[in-house]
Amino acid sequence: MAVHDSAALTAGHYIDWGVISISVTNAAIIGLMVVVFVLALVLPFPRPREERPPTRQGEP
Amino acid sequence: MTTGQAPTGAAAPAGSWTAWLRTRISRTVPPGQVLPDRQPAYVASWIYVFGVLSLAALVVVIGSGVVLSLGGVSWWHDSSVGHFVNSLHLWSVEIFFAVMVVHLWGKFWMAAWRGKRGLTWLSGVVAFVASIGTAFTGYLSQSNFDSQWISSEGKDGINAIGVGAYFNVLNPGQMLMWHIVLLPVAVGIIVGIHVVLVRRHGVVPPLDAEDPHADRPRMEAD
Repeated sequence: MAVHDSAALTAGHYIDWGVISISVTNAAIIGLMVVVFVLALVLPFPRPREERPPTRQGEP
Repeated sequence: MTTGQAPTGAAAPAGSWTAWLRTRISRTVPPGQVLPDRQPAYVASWIYVFGVLSLAALVVVIGSGVVLSLGGVSWWHDSSVGHFVNSLHLWSVEIFFAVMVVHLWGKFWMAAWRGKRGLTWLSGVVAFVASIGTAFTGYLSQSNFDSQWISSEGKDGINAIGVGAYFNVLNPGQMLMWHIVLLPVAVGIIVGIHVVLVRRHGVVPPLDAEDPHADRPRMEAD
């Protein structure tokens, strides 16, 4: 029994909110996916070299 | 006597299946849109990358799954290379679902069903559901205590919807066959239809952009 209890205690941490029960790991992964989603919306997309505006003379 | 080269521009003989198939393909996707080299300017955004990321992850999933099927259960449990390919299969599936869900979020918030793209949206939904079933049977095919636990937890739910007699999650042989034959074939066909529909109707524009495909001539089955 002690082994079973020990295994249950180390099975992970859970967030309980009403009927919703989610492991901290899964919640963190979903949070990371939301971060990736937001970054995909706001980060500029690299353009091909020929589409970049020409630089002025004297600039590297 | 022939020169071995069919005359170009000649009318195809009646009943020619190659001519029928060629006509069918040309009517399904507009000319030049099967593998285009140019896209509208709004596609230059990271949010448009997640669809092809899902496809790339799916290729790794299928490839690593084929290698696992060559080695078998004892190989992926006991050998270091088997462990590696098993992990490659698991993590490519994790990435597949993560990028597919971000793809789903992006398409949902830009109402990707606009411009006669309803079937494209629906085929994506069905592909997502079929992928969940494939992943579920994958968890049941691990042949370890984890798969035993998941199958014994899942049987009541499957029985409750009345399909337990045909889809027995406690039968590892049946679940393995669903996982490596039936469901991958289903996912492959649905994803193929989804990609053809994307090429047929074009990539959906953002809400405030003009749809360059809106004036496209009507095609068969539009």
